[in-house]
Amino acid sequence: MTQQLLIAPLLLPFALAIALMFAWFHIRYQRVISIVGSVASLGLAIWLFGRVWQGGIISLQAGGWAAPYGITLVADTLAVTMVLLTAIVGLAVSLFASGSMINQRLRYGFFPIFHLLLMGLNGAFLAGDIFNLYVWFEVMIISSFVLLTLGGEKAQLEGAVKYFTLNFLASIIFLTALAVLYGLTGTLNMADLSVKIALIEQRSLVDVCALIFFVGFGIKAAVFPLYFWLPASYHTPPPAVAAVFGGLLTKVGVYAMMRVFTLMFTRDPFIENMLLVVAFFTLFSGALGAMTRNNIVKVFSWLIICHIGFMLAGLAMYSELALAGAVFYMIHDIIVKANLFMLAGVTNKITGTNKLQMMGGLYANYPKISLLMAIPLFSLVGIPPLSGFWPKLSLILGGIEQGHWPLVAMILLASFATLYVIARVWAEAFWKKQPEFERPAGFRYFGDYPVLKRVLMLLPIGLLALVSLYIAFGAVHIQTLAQRIAAELLHPEAYIEAVLGSTKELMP
Amino acid sequence: MEILLAIMIGVLYAAGIYMMFRRSLVKLIIGIILLGNGANLLIFLLGRLVKGKPPIIAEGSKYLSEAYADPVPQALILTAIVISFGLQAFAIVLIKRTYKVVKTEDLDQINTFDEFE
Amino acid sequence: MKSIILRTASNYLLPLLLLFSVFVLLRGHYLPGGGFIGGLVASIAFVLHAFAHGLRKAQRYFPIHPGFLMPIGLTLSLLSGFLPILIGDQAFLTGLWMADPLPVIGMVGTALFFDLGVYIVVVGVTLTIIFTISETA
Repeated sequence: MTQQLLIAPLLLPFALAIALMFAWFHIRYQRVISIVGSVASLGLAIWLFGRVWQGGIISLQAGGWAAPYGITLVADTLAVTMVLLTAIVGLAVSLFASGSMINQRLRYGFFPIFHLLLMGLNGAFLAGDIFNLYVWFEVMIISSFVLLTLGGEKAQLEGAVKYFTLNFLASIIFLTALAVLYGLTGTLNMADLSVKIALIEQRSLVDVCALIFFVGFGIKAAVFPLYFWLPASYHTPPPAVAAVFGGLLTKVGVYAMMRVFTLMFTRDPFIENMLLVVAFFTLFSGALGAMTRNNIVKVFSWLIICHIGFMLAGLAMYSELALAGAVFYMIHDIIVKANLFMLAGVTNKITGTNKLQMMGGLYANYPKISLLMAIPLFSLVGIPPLSGFWPKLSLILGGIEQGHWPLVAMILLASFATLYVIARVWAEAFWKKQPEFERPAGFRYFGDYPVLKRVLMLLPIGLLALVSLYIAFGAVHIQTLAQRIAAELLHPEAYIEAVLGSTKELMP
Repeated sequence: MEILLAIMIGVLYAAGIYMMFRRSLVKLIIGIILLGNGANLLIFLLGRLVKGKPPIIAEGSKYLSEAYADPVPQALILTAIVISFGLQAFAIVLIKRTYKVVKTEDLDQINTFDEFE
Repeated sequence: MKSIILRTASNYLLPLLLLFSVFVLLRGHYLPGGGFIGGLVASIAFVLHAFAHGLRKAQRYFPIHPGFLMPIGLTLSLLSGFLPILIGDQAFLTGLWMADPLPVIGMVGTALFFDLGVYIVVVGVTLTIIFTISETA
């Protein structure tokens, strides 16, 4: 029965989306359904996590068709961790959207599409078949297109054109890579691919295939030369949407890279050097971009790019310590980035602007809220013992161990850049006195909202801040988890056995 | 046949990328459609072309004994076509809305919110 | 587009095409066809009708907005996939079939209901897209 329930993280958001579609014109019900459903998703994710943590990898063959012929769902520790994080962010964004989003946008179906997006995310994490991963990616990006354009303001449409074009291009490149891979091996099941790719003699063809995959996932993950769509579009949607984008969507690209470059493409110098160089420049360009921007949402967008570099660096170094650092960083980053974009939404409602020069006076006017917001901000910097500190420690130690000095230097530099950027945000937005400026007519300030809505906006920030604090002070647990994930990624035998084990005798 | 298809896929990719590099929104969509078709054909080609050999296991046998037409690429292409159908429908509505709001279809002109700030 | 020939023809074509779409849906399990194509054929029938008689008349065939066909179809597909879990503790989407074929319809199983759900969703999606585009044109 446990196996059957592996499909539940996909079916629950799907059923929720259907229920929400039936309630299309009743926004009040939609809010309730969405929040209750998100709590249920969280419970389910925790339960699934517990099962996998205790019992090891679970796999499910949909429709009863045995792997490698059928569609496989696999829940290893990395996958269930990501599903759990998705559920946490999903709940937070659900609450935040109920409080902050105007009814006009909700009427165009924010909640149903949001839950379809969560289904796509869960599907991508649990997929054990690379074509299925592609399909879930598409579910995800179609939902994200709609969420991005919801409301149809000029800025949103302009951002959406860029976002759409590059993400569609990434899908086509992914599809091309799939075609090459299928031509090479004749299978699409990831466990089966892991076995068969190792047997191919023309390694240069495998490298080309890996490179195409890297470009496809790289666009989605916003790595160095391929990130331009991200800062052009992430500052345009409403904060609830930006939170789920910033927290989860780019990380799916990183997740896919982690899967593909540990399970399928065994390391050779070509792939390793490529990842190292790209990680280096991603850190560099993201940090530079964040330092030079004056719009708080744009600053956070560039910080996403910068911090993708940390995860990529861990993947590039490919030792258990560094990989554990990358996984730990991803866990920390998903929670904090989602929180930051919600935080930017609240500061916008308080000060009436996103421009750092125009902001100010937050600490003087709302000291308690400011202290709450300090938690995600300083977690991001990684001031010890807050949550960003521990994974960086692993990454740097891993880098020193293997002698990747330039990358270690760049990790340190990017950390200092983050510190500088956050210090500037703090000084400008929280400590400075707010200058007078012309405000748009009819702007609804934070104080004008009813108490319930204000609580709904602050509750998710508090929730995610609590999770961040847990990651910081319960770092031992997270580190154990990250090390177990890293060990599973480096030794995929258990994964392969969980998928193919029962069918091995059938193979000719 | 393989060579013909390979050339055609190359032409589709080239034409698609060329169209994407133009500055017009409509040509961008055309380019994306061409690229998608090229990718679908590539899957079809790389799944090996076999004619008139359905993958049916003969009675009494356990495995397929001779070359057969692989059904997987066709299933993949069908899925990919359905997905790109949805995406293209969205894209067309998107460019229509964008054109109405921005009042231009020159991609260089739709950068008003991208300025350095 | 409002020629008399098209208008007269579309009156006959609408039921014919709908019938054809059901035919395509039913033969879909073993032969070319299925829910997706059947749904497209059905929505083309309505689109043709809208071309000939105008959007309003075509919309009059739907007591509810075609967009609401989406959740209905999705529910049907979801339930047909869910049935094996409820009945036999088998994997999601396992095909369950009735022992004997029914006359006209043929073999009835969960796959047919899944396809029917797809059919309804496709009709809903296509008509929503086309009605929306032509309304705001």
